[in-house]
Amino acid sequence: MSILVDKKTRLVVQGITGRDGSFHAREMIAYGTNIVAGVTPGKGGERFDGIPVFDTVREAVEKARANASVIFVPPAFATDAMYEAIEAGIKTIVCISEGIPALDMIGVYDTMRREGVRLIGPNCPGVISPGKAKVGIMPGPIHKKGPVGVVSRSGTLTYEVVASLMRVGLGQSTCIGIGGDPIVGSTFLDLLPLFEADPETEGIVLIGEIGGMEEERAAAYIAKHMTKPVVAFIAGRTAPPGKRMGHAGAIIAGGKGTAEEKIAALKKARIPVAKLPSEIGPLMKKALEKKPSKKTAKAAPKKGAARAKKAAPKTKTAAKKGAPKPRAARKPAAKGKKPRSRKR
Amino acid sequence: MKIHEYQAREIFRRAGVRVPDGDAVSTPAEARRTAERIGVPVMVKAQVHVGGRGKAGGIRYVPNLDDVERVASDVLGMQIKGLPVKTVLVSKAIDIATEAYVGMILDREERRLTFLVSPAGGVDIEEVARTSPEKIFRFTVDPNVGFRPYAARWLASRLYDDPRLVKEAAAILLKMYDAFLACDASLAEINPLVTTPSGEVWAIDSKINIDDSGLFRRKEIEAMRDLDAEAPAETLARENNLSYVPLDGNIGCVVNGAGLAMTTMDVIKHFGGEPANFLDIGGSSSPDKVVAALDIITSDSKVRAVLFNIFGGITRCDDVAVGIRTAFERRSTQLPIVIRLTGTNEKRAKEILEEAGYTTLTDMDDAVREVVALAEKGGRS
Repeated sequence: MSILVDKKTRLVVQGITGRDGSFHAREMIAYGTNIVAGVTPGKGGERFDGIPVFDTVREAVEKARANASVIFVPPAFATDAMYEAIEAGIKTIVCISEGIPALDMIGVYDTMRREGVRLIGPNCPGVISPGKAKVGIMPGPIHKKGPVGVVSRSGTLTYEVVASLMRVGLGQSTCIGIGGDPIVGSTFLDLLPLFEADPETEGIVLIGEIGGMEEERAAAYIAKHMTKPVVAFIAGRTAPPGKRMGHAGAIIAGGKGTAEEKIAALKKARIPVAKLPSEIGPLMKKALEKKPSKKTAKAAPKKGAARAKKAAPKTKTAAKKGAPKPRAARKPAAKGKKPRSRKR
Repeated sequence: MKIHEYQAREIFRRAGVRVPDGDAVSTPAEARRTAERIGVPVMVKAQVHVGGRGKAGGIRYVPNLDDVERVASDVLGMQIKGLPVKTVLVSKAIDIATEAYVGMILDREERRLTFLVSPAGGVDIEEVARTSPEKIFRFTVDPNVGFRPYAARWLASRLYDDPRLVKEAAAILLKMYDAFLACDASLAEINPLVTTPSGEVWAIDSKINIDDSGLFRRKEIEAMRDLDAEAPAETLARENNLSYVPLDGNIGCVVNGAGLAMTTMDVIKHFGGEPANFLDIGGSSSPDKVVAALDIITSDSKVRAVLFNIFGGITRCDDVAVGIRTAFERRSTQLPIVIRLTGTNEKRAKEILEEAGYTTLTDMDDAVREVVALAEKGGRS
């Protein structure tokens, strides 16, 4: 298992003939991602390294049975590309493009939520389930299949953290860069429940940064609903207020969104917060070793869940498609009740 | 991007909001001419991109025409929080009966636009939010519905009892919404929105911040950028698509990726050093970008040592290495340099740099410790 993308992913690359799209399409194929189609308006009927190119996402869905999309088009066209993918019925969309106006994202966010779509990004490195599929721009070789889920607002910082995990021999189930914009399709709160429910994920690394309140919300959620250990890192302790630190969303505005507040909220939720990215690997290792009692206690429901999912893969995807996120979020919460009492 | 008050009020004026007559000027003589045209009393207001202009003495009331030149000259010579005042707004002074606050923000928690209004205007709204939150009223706009007149009336009626004033304020809020969308704003404020003793509503002070990501489709807003308001290094960074924020320390940093760039600053601090800047060279590794980055960093006289921190992903380390080598061929510097490279094509990158006489490190913590030690030793004399 893993979350969001795997061997069953049938990917369409929007903007496959562009400079970035073509380069990363080849990288993704080399990694083993199943790219079934490309879309470039006006180039329908052509082929890209043998992959059919269509004029529209709808055709990619109808003719190539694409079930996920990755977007590599310039920001002026990316909003349109996201709406097109949603309209065509794609339920997993990863938008790499950086520089999309926030006003556009208000509409996209509202629409994707109503349509039950999972959007990762924009302005993100994408998603990788090591050994299965890479949907994005992260370097494949630094990853290895394993038990740790990673969810991050950053790109290269995530690689740094992955390197730290690898130094202690910890591979990853899935790594997700949620993007550095003020409004992104999915946040920590949307993705943590998926990791909690994923039998292959044993621990989660959360990488936050200054700006917004998502880390605080995540901390509250983890304290209440998560049974798996979470280790965190927050970037921007030395960032001055009122300045945009590269990412459009990385700004301390009106004294809010500081690293101190986020670290305090995480610590209050008893989540270890690393001071350096290099500490993440050892901290996660410790956290995973610390819970042998949990492991035995959880072994039963875990196996059960895995078996149930294996038995009925179709219903699982159907449920995934139909279920809006909040409901999905509550399920593991209910499951987590017992371990929660154990925590105390 | 920030724009000046005189630019924001022009956006509001064009949208149909009533703003006092006036001009933005850069000499005392022009200030007098404006005052002659619009008539005294006038306000002379410093146009700088910082808050607290009034407290700093940058906003003056001038009742007599003969004093306008002198006051304008005073304000034009001022520095407010380190920023020189190069432009003043000379604006007709308005009789004030009441002061309210109306604002609109890109509300990232709601992922929507939110209006904030308060009958307690004319002061720092964050202060009102802290001390008397009950005086602030919010309305979050559903993107499927838009901002409708009923919502504008509801907000306006939080400000005024007089139905005539409510109607006028509601009209202003609707125009504000249109203006916000039309310029890809991230924040818009009228503070204060005043009523006169005779019952008119005026926007006295206007503020609009623009979403940088919207600028590609707002050329008329991009043209409002005040190059005097940013340091030359910031202009150079922007023109080369580098994200750059100057800080107070003495260790210059060049990093790929915003999160890693922030983290590099944090790690420098952790090991006892002080970062001189945030600088993200982004995904590209062209020599030109590295040269520009080096120019920016070496233009800061506080810098005692430079750290390159590159985690190659799609950005290949050997490309960055070529960039660094080229940059140092074009720009010689006496500053000690620490280069940390890891990731894609790391081996080739190290060969390139070692051939050119540079040593490289693989581990970020090691590299930071080294650069902190070098900066402490004093770097260049």
